[in-house]
Amino acid sequence: MPRHPRLDPLADRYAARTHGMKTSEIRALFSVVSRPEVISLAGGMPAVTALPLDVVGSMIGDLVSGLGAQTLQYGSGQGYPQLRERICDVMALEGITDASASEVVVTVGSQQGLDLVTRVFCDPGDVILAEGPSYVGALGVFQASEARVRHVPMDDDGLIPEALEEALLDCRANGDRVKFLYTVPNFHNPAGVTLSEERRVALMDIAERYDLLIVEDNPYGLLGFEKGPMRALRARDSQRVIYLGSFSKTFSPGLRVGWVLAPLAVREKLVLASEAQVLCPPSLTQYAVARYLDTQPWREQIKLFAELYRDRRDATLESLDALMPEGTTWTRPEGGFYVWLKLPHGLDAKLMQPRAVNAHVAYVPGIGFYADGAGREYMRLSYCYPEPDQIREGVRRLARVIEAELDLHSTFDTVDTGSFRAVGRGPRVPDVETIVAPATSERYEDGA
Amino acid sequence: MSDPIALTEATPAAAAGPVDGTGRHPLRAVVLAGGLTFEREVSLSSGTQVVQELERAGLDAELRDADADLLPGLAAAPADAVFIALHGATGEDGALRAVLDLAGVPYVGSPAAACRLAWDKPAAKSVVRSVGLTTPDWVALPHSTFRELGAGAVLDLMVARLGLPLMVKPATGGSALGVQKVSRVEDLPAAMVSCFAYGDTVLVERFVEGVELALSVIDLGDGPEALPAVEIEPQSGVFDYAARYTPGMTEYHSPARVAPEVADRAAALAVQVHTALGLADLSRTDAIVSDDGTVHFLEVNVSPGLTETSMFPMAVEAAGYELGDVLARLLARRAGTTR
Repeated sequence: MPRHPRLDPLADRYAARTHGMKTSEIRALFSVVSRPEVISLAGGMPAVTALPLDVVGSMIGDLVSGLGAQTLQYGSGQGYPQLRERICDVMALEGITDASASEVVVTVGSQQGLDLVTRVFCDPGDVILAEGPSYVGALGVFQASEARVRHVPMDDDGLIPEALEEALLDCRANGDRVKFLYTVPNFHNPAGVTLSEERRVALMDIAERYDLLIVEDNPYGLLGFEKGPMRALRARDSQRVIYLGSFSKTFSPGLRVGWVLAPLAVREKLVLASEAQVLCPPSLTQYAVARYLDTQPWREQIKLFAELYRDRRDATLESLDALMPEGTTWTRPEGGFYVWLKLPHGLDAKLMQPRAVNAHVAYVPGIGFYADGAGREYMRLSYCYPEPDQIREGVRRLARVIEAELDLHSTFDTVDTGSFRAVGRGPRVPDVETIVAPATSERYEDGA
Repeated sequence: MSDPIALTEATPAAAAGPVDGTGRHPLRAVVLAGGLTFEREVSLSSGTQVVQELERAGLDAELRDADADLLPGLAAAPADAVFIALHGATGEDGALRAVLDLAGVPYVGSPAAACRLAWDKPAAKSVVRSVGLTTPDWVALPHSTFRELGAGAVLDLMVARLGLPLMVKPATGGSALGVQKVSRVEDLPAAMVSCFAYGDTVLVERFVEGVELALSVIDLGDGPEALPAVEIEPQSGVFDYAARYTPGMTEYHSPARVAPEVADRAAALAVQVHTALGLADLSRTDAIVSDDGTVHFLEVNVSPGLTETSMFPMAVEAAGYELGDVLARLLARRAGTTR
């Protein structure tokens, strides 16, 4: 068959929404991260080796040898009933005590849950409100549904209610159809912050007044370091909040088991949509999670995970405190996986990335967490996977990279002579044909 | 390939290996790919492709990363020759080849010293210009020069001398990583900042409008031979990383849609570059043809991309050769010969 001049005979047949799907330079830079010389503070990969792997292994073996007729067979589109019962027990830890198994839909990770919710509610052009920054995997789902994302600013206490109200009024004035607010209230990905109790109350009040639907994505809620879990938004309103849960951070991301808790009418649509996508969630992994919850000390395991992540968080914050150049700021998470770091004025985390990879340290540039191209001065650091010693060395390398970048900027940011009359401090976004891909095409391993 | 050769000549390494059905030993190749550079992913794609092609041609080929296990691995299980599909530093700057020379390991491709020259784009341009070939005017400077002399004054001189638009690129490296076209003077400082993230020296070159060509050269023993030029027509107008590695984003025409005399000049230039820099076995020169038919040298790659979207395999195909056959012949030529 003769070679097509564009190397792809189907090039003219793709849907318009796939045009953003192209090979990304950032992805190329990340390919080096797999080498042991590189310390990755990039991927949000849980420390699964802290699990009793032999116990889990024999448990899954028993499920196949003893219950193969069920575990290797198709199952219910809504999910394995016993697992849905146990999911209600898990949610009760965060104050959701009124959920019934019939309202739970098991999904292939909560990522599929978010995809289903978005498909069920959003038409192209609809507006989704989301924190700024927001989980990169959620932005990918919203983009695929051709919904528009409007970011709502956050601070150390999470989403700012006044900013949410302002956004709602703006949308109303513009005639935009706001379908829901997407929020990660606990130990936010990527910002690391948690929505305070006062703001939870304020948020629910705004939701009531503006008839706002909330999609609460809560993969990290049980991984607090300082105190017990906060009361979920869903615990405050069962009709206005759709809740997404996941076993990816509390057990294993490789099993791909998550869930959606939604009012009955919504649940029905979610089940139909899920059946169209995957027929049913994988039986074996559902049985595995249910068996794990039935037979293993899972609450103690979550505590163990939290202690491990707390040590890594401490190593991260201590190193940042000791080493980061002046002008760098960062959040101080009380749980979860992430620190959100702001670079000194004028620096751009994406443009700096090749220098970091050269120095054998990796992070995720902030621009990937915004749908609108913002976030250039930010980066996400994940402390969940590397050991504390590696984290310290990684932060040391990162500090040197930032210092070198500051040195470079001090050379070029002051250029204002001769023909460079228009150049003041830090023209950060050059109007040049920069050889980079748009943020929307970049994906990082995160898990949901 | 019209000139089949025996790919199963006995060599010291092959003699230690298994015997095939004909009683002869297939040549054993180690294909190096991966590495610790920005082009790791591209290299892994190239390496995988090379292994498939060599196996298709009847060789025994193994893919290996260039890491701490490499030298002990080669000592324990010697290869008849190594094929270097590493892109970026180490693989292309001559360093790895110098180590293979020390270890007495045969490899396909250019020798270490030639690679060092080709890898340094400003140095390669100097050599190319010195033999009478055309290359866009340029200046290459480290960050320290801007810091010491004042960035404004130096940038002013650059623009005054080279004009606009300018191409700003790292002095080393490939796959268009870090390459920018700057059309407005006020964008130059920011472009310099982002380019210096890739390395300590930046090459600033006068932009030449024209048709982009990839000019592949192979040497199967009878001297360097230019393969048909591949013309590059990116949909976006910019042959950037995405345009290079996403099928569908760029149209490739081989032979190139240029006048026969331009194609001849381009072929001659590629062979002259290959010879002047002391390259061996295979290379790919990137060039641009301006409206007046002049062929301008841009850079040369001693380890050209061999992925499914790379230009070297297209040129091989356009010449009527099989890629696996060409790679196998290059490997067979080097088997058992150290430098």
